[in-house]
Amino acid sequence: MSLVRVEGLRRLFPVSAGLFRRSTGFVHAVDSVNFEIGMGESLGLVGESGCGKTTTGRMLVRLEQPDEGRILLSQPDGTDMDVVELRSDQRTEFRRQVQMIFQDPYESINPRRTVYETIAEPLLIHRIGDLSTREQQIREMLRKVGLAPPESFMFRFPHELSGGQRQRVAIARALILQPRLVVADEPTSMLDVSIRISIMELMSQLAKEMGVAYLYITHDLAVARYMCDRIAVMYLGKVVEIGATEELLANPLHPYTQALLSAVPVPDPALPPPEVRIKGGIGKAVNPAPECRFVDRCPQAADVCRTTPHPPLEDKGGRRLVSCHLVEASRH
Amino acid sequence: MADQRSLPEETHTADPFGSQPILHEVDSWWKIRLTLMRRSLRENWRIFRRSKVGVFGLVIIAFWAIMAVMPTVFFATGFWNPAVYDPVTGLELNPPTRTMTMVERITDPNTEIDRRAVLLDGRIPDTLQIGDTFELPRQPAPPDGRHWLGTDPLGRDVLSQLMHGARASFFLGILAAVVTVVIGTTVGSMAAYFGGIVDAFLMRLADLLILIPGLAILIVIGAVFTFQLWHLAVVIGILSGFGGTAIVLKSQALAVKVKPFIDAARVAGGSARHIIFYHLIPNVMPLSVLYMMFTVTAAIQSEAVLSFLGVLNTDTSWGLMMNLARTQGYLLQVVDFWWLTIPAGLSVTLLSAAFFLVGRGMDEIVNPRLRRR
Repeated sequence: MSLVRVEGLRRLFPVSAGLFRRSTGFVHAVDSVNFEIGMGESLGLVGESGCGKTTTGRMLVRLEQPDEGRILLSQPDGTDMDVVELRSDQRTEFRRQVQMIFQDPYESINPRRTVYETIAEPLLIHRIGDLSTREQQIREMLRKVGLAPPESFMFRFPHELSGGQRQRVAIARALILQPRLVVADEPTSMLDVSIRISIMELMSQLAKEMGVAYLYITHDLAVARYMCDRIAVMYLGKVVEIGATEELLANPLHPYTQALLSAVPVPDPALPPPEVRIKGGIGKAVNPAPECRFVDRCPQAADVCRTTPHPPLEDKGGRRLVSCHLVEASRH
Repeated sequence: MADQRSLPEETHTADPFGSQPILHEVDSWWKIRLTLMRRSLRENWRIFRRSKVGVFGLVIIAFWAIMAVMPTVFFATGFWNPAVYDPVTGLELNPPTRTMTMVERITDPNTEIDRRAVLLDGRIPDTLQIGDTFELPRQPAPPDGRHWLGTDPLGRDVLSQLMHGARASFFLGILAAVVTVVIGTTVGSMAAYFGGIVDAFLMRLADLLILIPGLAILIVIGAVFTFQLWHLAVVIGILSGFGGTAIVLKSQALAVKVKPFIDAARVAGGSARHIIFYHLIPNVMPLSVLYMMFTVTAAIQSEAVLSFLGVLNTDTSWGLMMNLARTQGYLLQVVDFWWLTIPAGLSVTLLSAAFFLVGRGMDEIVNPRLRRR
């Protein structure tokens, strides 16, 4: 059963130039994106920088307002909550159900608040519990995220913690309300390589314990492979391929996914260096022409890719959604 | 202090707790708050101490704080008799005298009253003849054992007035500073957080208030209304809080507003009010405390000017002491009657300078780029 359904999500940023800041066009940061996240499922959103994955995540937590499209959050009573057009009486409920973990643990925690205050803040805002039950909850949460004993961390300030400890605090803050969906925006990319794995382990273990679904935004396929049940690959504001993690990595169908995978270094000096399959770099989707977004860099580009608009995300068999003219709906 | 100085600097910064966790048992929220506050105070004091001007300013402020408390002690212990030493109603009944010789008696032919006797409070007996000597009270009297800084033309103790004036200055300065900070941080944070039309309105208002010539408007207000000391404090607070301070704090709040922890608070469901008061203001507070110090300086100086001009309705203040010296004609006789002008003038200079110096010292805490490594 799906928890979130994203339908035709779109976000345009105006580009202005010249003396009078005339608007000369729009960056299609997120352009007609569709995907679903199941209950307790972890969906990885993978792509190069600037492809719109963070914007997508921010729209899911209402830090950005989409220009078009719907985000439907299914409720325990069977109805759907429209996140884009929330009624005022739904706002509090929405905030309790969807939380976010930010990329930079050095900036995402108020430096003037103690660990206790940081984690207690959502409880305070939603007026949950009194002082002593809150304290109990926070102790428990701190223990869960591996900051034990809680007494020695509760009243520290962020500058007295390491990057990994801070990110644990951020995770505790996101999970204290027992949300159903957490948007994690590259939570390990700012951390030392040596502690990334422990943070990821913690996140997936807590997800299992608490039944939280993740939208896990990352540019690192290895991280996505470790963390995610399914992976969605984004390119210039479009989702080009969605599939179960192992299947997608073993058998990438979209040329961009194939190129991404070929760029992953293989730790074996005996193997020949991988051939570079795509050329050029990622651009910006400013007023994109009605053609495949990937056509300029695609090694397999055909005429149909230039003459028809960007192909829709279609089921090519086995829950594999691919957005490419050249991929046959092979396996049924 | 001595044990701290002997330790190398790194021991403080690297592990503020030592190896022990700070709290094993949470028994009281107040205790925790106090512990944390003490800790950050200690850390800030360590940085502040390195600034010599800041410490110098603090010493001067401490000196004046003691001065402000002394009258209470003196009156309570009976060291000072209120009838003599009260700053407003006190009167030295046995002033030092000097011996003079009667040279001539000038009587106004119209009223037949001795004009010089009127001038001297009628204390020359009628029986005096030309050539007789008599004792003339000296008021203002120069410093002596009873009045360490002499008396003023009305026979009141200058030191007592100076001490009471310090109270007035502290009251005025601190009230003005608090008003400035409350207004400045709220206005600045709101302008930064809401942006758009709120920002435009508040910032144009700030521009307008900067354009107002502060002293001139204070004189006009003082001339029209009865101007109490706390009125002055509030007006100075509003002028400075809405003006320059709000603009500076807004720029600081803008830098804080784009930090991800503001986004995090929004995701947690925080309202605008919650974010402004829970996140923005605590982060601009150090800077606003700095501006608080500079406001104290401005307030003390304006008070002196206004009292000197006689547009402030107050009992005792340093400006008023100089005002009295001026109206009684002693202002230009600094060499002969120095105790009427120099102590008051020096006090204004010292205390306002002290707050400025403390502000400079705090600048090093608030602004890490100024910090010496």
